[in-house]
Amino acid sequence: MSETFVRSESSPSLPPPVRRRGILRWVQDNLFSSWLNSLLTIAAVYLLVLAVPPLLDWALFDAVFDGTSGAACSGAGKGACWAFVEAKFNQFIYGRYPDAEQWRVNLAVLLGALGLVALLTPNKLPKGWVLVYVFLLFPIFAFVLLYGGSVGLSVVETSSWGGLMVTLVVAVTGIGASLPLGVLLALGRASRMPVVRTLSILFIELWRSVPLITVLFMASVMLPLFLPEGMSFDKLLRALIGVALFSSAYMAEVVRGGLAAIPAGQYEAARALGLTYWQSMGQIILPQALRAVIPGVVNNFIGLFKDTTLVLIIGLFDLLGIVQANYTDPTWASPQTAVTGYVFAAFMFWVFCFGMSRYSVYMERRLETDRNK
Amino acid sequence: MTGTAVIEIEKLHKWFGDFHVLKDINLTVREGERIVVVGPSGSGKSTLIRCINRLEAHDQGRIVVDGIELSDDLKRIDEVRREVGMVFQQFNLFPHMTVLENCTLAPIWVRNMPEHEAEALAMSFLERVRIPEQAAKYPGQLSGGQQQRVAIARALCMNPKIMLFDEPTSALDPEMIKEVLDVMVDLADGGMTMICVTHEMGFARRVADRVIFMDEGEIIEMKEPEAFFENPENERTKAFLSQIIGD
Repeated sequence: MSETFVRSESSPSLPPPVRRRGILRWVQDNLFSSWLNSLLTIAAVYLLVLAVPPLLDWALFDAVFDGTSGAACSGAGKGACWAFVEAKFNQFIYGRYPDAEQWRVNLAVLLGALGLVALLTPNKLPKGWVLVYVFLLFPIFAFVLLYGGSVGLSVVETSSWGGLMVTLVVAVTGIGASLPLGVLLALGRASRMPVVRTLSILFIELWRSVPLITVLFMASVMLPLFLPEGMSFDKLLRALIGVALFSSAYMAEVVRGGLAAIPAGQYEAARALGLTYWQSMGQIILPQALRAVIPGVVNNFIGLFKDTTLVLIIGLFDLLGIVQANYTDPTWASPQTAVTGYVFAAFMFWVFCFGMSRYSVYMERRLETDRNK
Repeated sequence: MTGTAVIEIEKLHKWFGDFHVLKDINLTVREGERIVVVGPSGSGKSTLIRCINRLEAHDQGRIVVDGIELSDDLKRIDEVRREVGMVFQQFNLFPHMTVLENCTLAPIWVRNMPEHEAEALAMSFLERVRIPEQAAKYPGQLSGGQQQRVAIARALCMNPKIMLFDEPTSALDPEMIKEVLDVMVDLADGGMTMICVTHEMGFARRVADRVIFMDEGEIIEMKEPEAFFENPENERTKAFLSQIIGD
């Protein structure tokens, strides 16, 4: 019996079989697909039943929404003291920034948000101008608006700044400075010029081996000792410089990982075409390298955002600091005040950090489907 | 073949650490000449052509390309690279840019060409390599043969005087080799000065003015293709040819 075969006519392409769908099917497949999964599902449901109702009670049903003092929140059976948050809300956001001038902060935030949207969403705006705006023009606008002293705006000293405003100023400066600086350091570390390479390595290793709290402390306490008499550095500025340098060292290592992932052939092809080192880096290598390390970079950003709370150590009041300062207010003394304050602060941090995380996922998805490596 | 010498290599030596990879290479290439370099792997043929556009630096001897001597002077190296186009075995297209952008990048950034002019130039070369309809696609969406043809177009967009090919068809599936070789034959017939490292003997016979056999870092034999394939003199050449052509 021979095993030969010759096709006489081509088979048509058929549509795939339709699978039965529906909620019950999903539940069966995902929650009860095996004995272990079923047990875990039951355990999870039990935990939810234990945890969620008391949480809801505390946050919503037993919470105090109206009131003018801690007395309203004291007493048995009372939940979150949202009245406290409501009363202090302005301080939580602006610190002691004068009420009449708070529009300046709002305007600065709006300008910043516009810049971010222009930078981070797909659009037809010229990339060069967007970068100039985000990294050069906006910082100047923001400084003039927030600090004042020119264009007819009154000066608001940084010691009056506080709350979410300070958190954002420190975080945005740290994030905005760490990426370009980190890229330069990573390129410096990979450089063939020994002086550049050694300096880059020294810088990175120095800042990575010191805790941020020490950096802030040193910047605040020790820096004035080295400066000539009478000359002093604004406290917030010291924190900004410390945070920027610190996080750029971490960013450098993340970017270095990305650079290492680019095949040597890419660099060779770019150079063989006659592109200079900086042209090759800017057009070919860095776009690919940075795309590859989006998870690591955003991870750094999120960590940095939360690390900004350490500025409390040098007497600056970020969101957490101002919440802490306020729950010692005697008018609002109650068993629930501190907890409510912390939950509020945690929620605000969660909003920003989760937002960054989701954006990272969006970016990764968009870049993967648009380009096929 | 008379014409100005566009590449002069004299007493070239190169080491990778202790390994003597190129030994006393002497070669002159004239304008319009087509040179094919063959040899077993590890013979140094890729290293040799990579020295011509300074992707590798030679340790001893002289290389003069288009009147410019290759040294550590970066400015002069960039000048040389503008006139020497290279096509790689692994294509090395830029995956985050479209086919058209891959081709217009160098003319815009290196020759300061305005964008619309660069695009017109790129489209003309994409037509010449017979894939103008792929201009808006990304490299990952193309087959290997198409990608290599884009790589050739990309190199041609700089209007180089010399084209270097480093085993351009070695990473391709057999059915796509012909389309790339056709483009290269077309290029050769148009008078381009070419140095091509390849295993495609049919191509060598068709196109080469000279065939060079390299082994263990040295040029063993160099002849016109007829004489090279019909009448190899050196024993090592004979051994190599019998393996490749298989008789």
